Amino acid sequence: MRVPLSWLREHADLPPDATGHEVATRLVAAGLEVETVDQPGHDIAGPVVVGRVLSFEEEQHANGKTIRWCSVETGEGDPRGIVCGALNFAVGDLVVVALPGATLPGGFAITARKTYGHVSDGMICSARELELGEDHTGILVLDTGHAEVGADAVALLGLRDEVLDIAVTPDRGYCLSIRGVAREAATAYDVAFHDPADVALPESGDGGRQGRIEDPTAADRLVLRSVSRLDPQARTPLWMQRRLTHCGMRPVALAVDVTNYVMLELGQPLHAFDARRFDGDVVVRRAAPGETLETLDHVRRELHPEDIVIADGRGPVGLAGTMGGTATEIDAQSTDLVIEAAHFSPAGVARMSRRHKLASEASRRFERGVDPALPPAASARAVQLLQELGGVTYGGSTEVDLPRPDVTISYPVDRAERTAGMPIGPDTVVAHLQAVGAVLDRPAGGVLTVRPPSWRPDLLQPADLDEEVIRLVGYESIPTALPSAPVGRGFTAEQRARRRIGQALAAAGYVEAPCYPFVGTEVLDLLGIGEGDPRRHALRLANPLSEEEPFLRTSLLPGLLLALRRNDRRGMHDVGLFEVGNVYLPADGSSEVPRPSVGGRPSDDELAALDAALPDQPWHVAVVAAGLREPAGWWGPGRPVSWADAVEAARVVARAAGVELDIGHGAEAPWHPGRCAELRRQGAVVGHAGELHPSAAARLGLPAGTVAMELDLSSLLEHPGDPLQAPRVSTFPVATQDVALVVDAHVPAGEVEAALRAGAGGLLESVHLFDVYRGEQVGEGQASLAYTLRFRAPDRTLTVEEVSAARAEAVAEAGRRTGAVQRG
Amino acid sequence: MSAPNKSYDPVQVTTLNAEEVDRARDAALASIAAAADLETLKRVRLDHAGDRSPLALANREIGALPPAARAEAGKRVGSARRAVSDALAARQGELEQARDEQVLVEEAVDVTLPWDRSPRGARHPLTTIQERVADLFVAMGYEVVEGPEVEAEWFNFDALNLGPDHPARSMQDTFWVGSPDAGLVLRTQTSPVQIRTMMRRDPPIYVIAPGRVFRTDELDATHTPVFSQVEGLVVDEGITMAHLRGTLTHFATEMFGADVVTRMRPSYFPFTEPSAEMDLRCWVCHGESVGNPERPCRTCSSEGWIEWGGCGMVNPRVLTACGVDPERYSGFAFGMGLERTLMSRYGAEDMRDMVEGDVRFALPFGMEL
Ligand SMILES: [Zn+2]
Repeated sequence: MRVPLSWLREHADLPPDATGHEVATRLVAAGLEVETVDQPGHDIAGPVVVGRVLSFEEEQHANGKTIRWCSVETGEGDPRGIVCGALNFAVGDLVVVALPGATLPGGFAITARKTYGHVSDGMICSARELELGEDHTGILVLDTGHAEVGADAVALLGLRDEVLDIAVTPDRGYCLSIRGVAREAATAYDVAFHDPADVALPESGDGGRQGRIEDPTAADRLVLRSVSRLDPQARTPLWMQRRLTHCGMRPVALAVDVTNYVMLELGQPLHAFDARRFDGDVVVRRAAPGETLETLDHVRRELHPEDIVIADGRGPVGLAGTMGGTATEIDAQSTDLVIEAAHFSPAGVARMSRRHKLASEASRRFERGVDPALPPAASARAVQLLQELGGVTYGGSTEVDLPRPDVTISYPVDRAERTAGMPIGPDTVVAHLQAVGAVLDRPAGGVLTVRPPSWRPDLLQPADLDEEVIRLVGYESIPTALPSAPVGRGFTAEQRARRRIGQALAAAGYVEAPCYPFVGTEVLDLLGIGEGDPRRHALRLANPLSEEEPFLRTSLLPGLLLALRRNDRRGMHDVGLFEVGNVYLPADGSSEVPRPSVGGRPSDDELAALDAALPDQPWHVAVVAAGLREPAGWWGPGRPVSWADAVEAARVVARAAGVELDIGHGAEAPWHPGRCAELRRQGAVVGHAGELHPSAAARLGLPAGTVAMELDLSSLLEHPGDPLQAPRVSTFPVATQDVALVVDAHVPAGEVEAALRAGAGGLLESVHLFDVYRGEQVGEGQASLAYTLRFRAPDRTLTVEEVSAARAEAVAEAGRRTGAVQRG
Repeated sequence: MSAPNKSYDPVQVTTLNAEEVDRARDAALASIAAAADLETLKRVRLDHAGDRSPLALANREIGALPPAARAEAGKRVGSARRAVSDALAARQGELEQARDEQVLVEEAVDVTLPWDRSPRGARHPLTTIQERVADLFVAMGYEVVEGPEVEAEWFNFDALNLGPDHPARSMQDTFWVGSPDAGLVLRTQTSPVQIRTMMRRDPPIYVIAPGRVFRTDELDATHTPVFSQVEGLVVDEGITMAHLRGTLTHFATEMFGADVVTRMRPSYFPFTEPSAEMDLRCWVCHGESVGNPERPCRTCSSEGWIEWGGCGMVNPRVLTACGVDPERYSGFAFGMGLERTLMSRYGAEDMRDMVEGDVRFALPFGMEL
């Protein structure tokens, strides 16, 4: 809501020296969100005066343009010669002249300049040049009698004002009007408020159009006032145009401008129908199946049976409280009007506006609740203005007024104190509730009976009144205190683990990159994640931002790999990224999502059904890297990232999580089939790591050799291991044995090591693979693996025999499991 | 080496006189002093303290002297030999030290050479700022609670007093999952976690809920469809707005420093009543840009205040919907956008920098804020 300060002052006796910013500060403290204070006209400087056209000569120019070379009297000195391109004025007309030295809105400086063969000593202004509206078809001609030649046009036209732009929250629909904001401003300054809704109601007359509400849930009040003989020549006065413009509305024609003006002033949307196009009674009803309506925005709409329409004998002529129809639209020839003011169902208008994706100034107000007391006054105010400005004859009115529920709230007079945590006092509570407009009974016993004012449909429960009282006391007077929380349990084990994992990966040289969860099928195609892959089974958004990425991710890799590519393309080629985040796995078979009542806590079954309808959303952790893992430098060449870094990243995660991972060969997209590790925990596959498939990397535009790792973190953390038994540190000497084993080159080293461990028995302290050799000396298709085995006993120094026996057992077990032969 | 006194050259007996001993000693000392390195000193040791050195020979001849002369001669030669061996030891020490020092000089390197061989990593500041907030509240006894990002519409709206026709519901720009009437959304706020918490726990409840939330805003410099919030919820007996204000003031001081100035003003949220907005005094212009076109402020758009977050007393209707007795308990809730906090506190100017995963944004923030 845009509120010109000059208009506000007409209804609240604000201090004359209060600036727009000061008023804004008071209103903010009272709960109105003033976003900006605009200062229209404040960039107009220098002489802009009223002039009279004394004479002019019309000249045809070579470029086809006709100009008028005018002689204009501007109050002092000789008449000025001014070139004007407009033709909509006559000799003797009063016009607005910007003299040389003046500046018009937008920093447009006026100088005496040579044009069309004359020196133009100033400029005759159009409405748009003065920011009085959009009209640029001709210059602005002032009404004679309202102005004197030489007068300051800025003051005369009220061009300079301050406009508060207020973002009205849904509970304060009444502040979508000058009336509502003026009431708040008057309360904030504790000055008198003059209610613009105090309008003398005209006699009801007998020429009124008949009205009817067929569905009492659609509307509970309808007032119709008829007027006739609107002067087709009557124009909207400049002051009204200026106010409409400052409020962000475009002046159109007198009848429409008057309804808009009254809506801004009082908050009651009005509609004016052309009486001669309107067939029969005005009916408020729900739409019938199959009905359609062409609205003023020239869209033909299929109506929904819940839509609330205004209808005449032929059918719907407007969407109630939202937008009128073209069939009964008023135009320049309309002289007889029916002015409709109604109170429509807020929910009904809200749904209709959403259904038709049609938000208007009217629907915005009805949704938030319009004062149901307003229709008689607002329609009367419109008639009054049309009589003054358009010379209409009033033809009478009809009204339908259905009963509305009465709201009374029992309100303990000390409740606001208890909510705020500060003393307020019963008299202050009563005074503030009255300032809001509530009517109170104050019986003994400390519980007030409060009837909120008609314009506050949001006040329904005691807590709503707390806010009214406390905001008028001022939130700034609330003291500060800290509640005493009970002792807490700190972070959960999973929360601690996630934090450790992030820290460990960052310490290992990876940069965290949280990615959007939106994915498309294209990136899955490029990665070679095929049709049958479970990661293709994803949730789809009904309204994605981009139709290219309508799905919710089932893997972190697409997002991370695209971020990696972005870095690479921006010149950061040696990059490692990680993310710890959720993926979304659709539940099998879509179950209905229940919607329990909100009147009390739903049953445990209902809550369980709600949760069951949600997709599984496990945490994952993923790492991607490309380029050099260690850079080249003066020390020598760099080390390119390899599959092993991806596996090691998984180990980093496992160590931070405090769990063991088993690693085997895997074959999973998008990895290289020969360089993919399957990551298992307690036998279950929890992820994969390795080098990307070369074609996947190439298709996605990633550097060759890009590596990736992804782990299902929720599974990884699911079953914590047994509590750790603290080791006893042996101080007896270690016995070290080296062993070289020749195995078939396809035997995984992990299996050989597992066999050595199993065979070596309890004396084994550690196994370390220190060399891998393939070549002539071990024969075609064979590999030699050289291990150091360290043995130690907790209670004695091992003998040579014991150590040799353990080593022999280890070698024998490796031989049994993997065919390993000790190298000679 | 031959034992002394077994045989001797009578010609050399003449060297035993006092002058000769002194001369031999002085010559030895001079050579020792002149030895410039350990190699020279080794030769000097051989020449002047070795078996064939004049003083060694003289020592051998003492036994040939008449017994009366032996004592004096022994004393003289002994003293000379001691002087020489002391000098040798001292010089040896000096030269070894010099050699060791020289080795250190030669081993010196340019320690300013770069050795950035291990890659540098970092955590995203949105993660670490969230952790910092969590740490702060956990230290006050709160617990951290979490909830699903794909959420039932009922938790995200209905239970929060946002009925199907509530105007605020259409303001939320919700992502609908599946079909628009399937009842599933990407949560638009972390508030459903509060509802879940109240359903699961009995008061007293002191929790914060950090997390990602989603709205259908296109990514630009100041908007992102995916952003982070942290919400707090307290439900206990006798909770007041003073508690809310005190908690948020403490929070602001910890996040922005002791000189932060806060403002609490009335606002509207369906799930709180009374509701408030918490603003921070702009720390760039301190409000001096307001109504002062000569000194505009980009940080606060010349408004003097920066919106920090929404808050209020939990609406009794919400308590009721969660099975909490509003006659016995009251509570407060607050919610802050972490991107906004990051932008304000660390001067991050463009939302895109935070979401694109460009390592140049996260790296300077390191491991913790
Ligand atoms: Zn500022």
